[in-house]
Amino acid sequence: MLEAILSYEFLQNAFASGLIIGVIAPLLGVFIVVRRLSLIADALSHVTLAGIAGSLYLSQSVGALALLNPLYLGIASSVMGSMLIERLRGVYKHYEELAIPIILSAGIGFGAIFISLAEGFSSDLFGYLFGTVSAVSRQDLYIVAGIAVIVLAFIRIFFKELFVLSFDDEYARASGLPAKWIHFLFMIVTALVIAGSMRIVGILLVSSLMTIPVATAMRVAKSFKQTIWLSILFGEISVLAGLVAAFYFDLAPGGTIVVTSIAILLVILAYRKISLSKKRGAAA
Amino acid sequence: MAAPLINIKEVSYEYEQTTALDHISMAVEEGDFLAILGPNGSGKSTLLKIMLGLIQPSEGSVELFGIDSKKFKNREWIGYVSQKSNSFNSAFPATVQEVVAGGLAKKAGLFHKLPKNTSEQVEEALDAVGMKSFKYRSISELSGGQQQRIFIARALVAKPKVLILDEPTVGIDVQNVQAFYDMLAALNRERNITLVLVTHDVDTVTDRISHVACLNQTIHFHGFKDQLHTMSDEKREAWYGHSVRKIHHTGGSHTHA
Repeated sequence: MLEAILSYEFLQNAFASGLIIGVIAPLLGVFIVVRRLSLIADALSHVTLAGIAGSLYLSQSVGALALLNPLYLGIASSVMGSMLIERLRGVYKHYEELAIPIILSAGIGFGAIFISLAEGFSSDLFGYLFGTVSAVSRQDLYIVAGIAVIVLAFIRIFFKELFVLSFDDEYARASGLPAKWIHFLFMIVTALVIAGSMRIVGILLVSSLMTIPVATAMRVAKSFKQTIWLSILFGEISVLAGLVAAFYFDLAPGGTIVVTSIAILLVILAYRKISLSKKRGAAA
Repeated sequence: MAAPLINIKEVSYEYEQTTALDHISMAVEEGDFLAILGPNGSGKSTLLKIMLGLIQPSEGSVELFGIDSKKFKNREWIGYVSQKSNSFNSAFPATVQEVVAGGLAKKAGLFHKLPKNTSEQVEEALDAVGMKSFKYRSISELSGGQQQRIFIARALVAKPKVLILDEPTVGIDVQNVQAFYDMLAALNRERNITLVLVTHDVDTVTDRISHVACLNQTIHFHGFKDQLHTMSDEKREAWYGHSVRKIHHTGGSHTHA
């Protein structure tokens, strides 16, 4: 395997991107989960689909755009989607969750139109939907690396504010923290991570890499920081094992990564159950 | 004389064409332990939110430490403890230490890390609420009363001059409410922290507070608690409706709803 990675550039791109995504998706995912925004991640990934499909269509029909990396339009639509969700949450103050199905279906709607307008990019599209090992370009890797730098800088600079905001939104605002701005930046960074992760995990499964490792970590972590480190650890194991399986068995990496993360979750849940019943047995 | 810590001037607040607060004027002086009392829907929480700058009044203004609240920058001087059930996600994966340290976020400032002695400051705040031994426990494992003490520690860690509490005993066992108010009284007495409190626990709180404000859209009484008995029956009725009655104890008078 290592030999193959060293000799093929496409594998280097896929594994390097995977390793980066294995860190940033669960890292941001911790904040998404504790802030109960998991469904927003799903909505944004579907908006990204519209951007990707639109870009693939444009590259077919406009000669000058033939070489445009679909990730750019994917990122742009994801960021735009995050802003629209915020606007809609403001419009429907008492039904904030309505913003999610509206944006999600808009994403799929536009995606479906672009897909049917253009014909013949089914293999490309399959890669964007469920992830790919073979089609990650060097440029994709650079984009993912650039997004990672932004995410890590954002979390490092605003960690304490993000923690307070996640724990108790009203308290954050009452104590004078710029909650609105930090939330706005958070949404944009979330959109970036979704667009960046999508090449490896796929649009339909990207939100799972942000939530399942976190759900697993929350069952065993004793503190917030531990939740973050464990989420990253579980995320990395899922990505690595998933990519190796995808390579050897010629499967979509999105599927193998997500199934691995589900397997880790089940193991941890079983471990918790056994250790709890042991504790109860000892106490009785 | 120093400016009042909180000075509310002719504040009105309208929400969806309903008047929640009607020309309220009230000053909170240093060292006060003020309880804002009133029936449900009387505008108590709205008034607290206006004091905190969470919402802006439709009319009037608020001064904090002598400065217009819109221009007031030293938010860390004002600690806030919300109704626990309102905003806190009870399954949040964090330790008591992490939660209390969050109280230093504003004081440390944007783009700055928490100070090196955060751990000592957290311990000191936990000590003040009698929860020092809980530092490494998970916040979700604690009882409602213990969690509320932790939230007070979170407010205390930034060493505020005023502590504003919105119905802090909601969700706390009856037997622990007394001890909770004793702790607040000690903070007021020993650390000279000014306290503003919205509550329904009229009986429990009256022994410990210094001032009372009777609110129902407008202020019907504001002054030393010992003078509450001077409030006329008409005013009392206007404040709390017909069900209110005055019970005379040997130590003074209490109002029951």
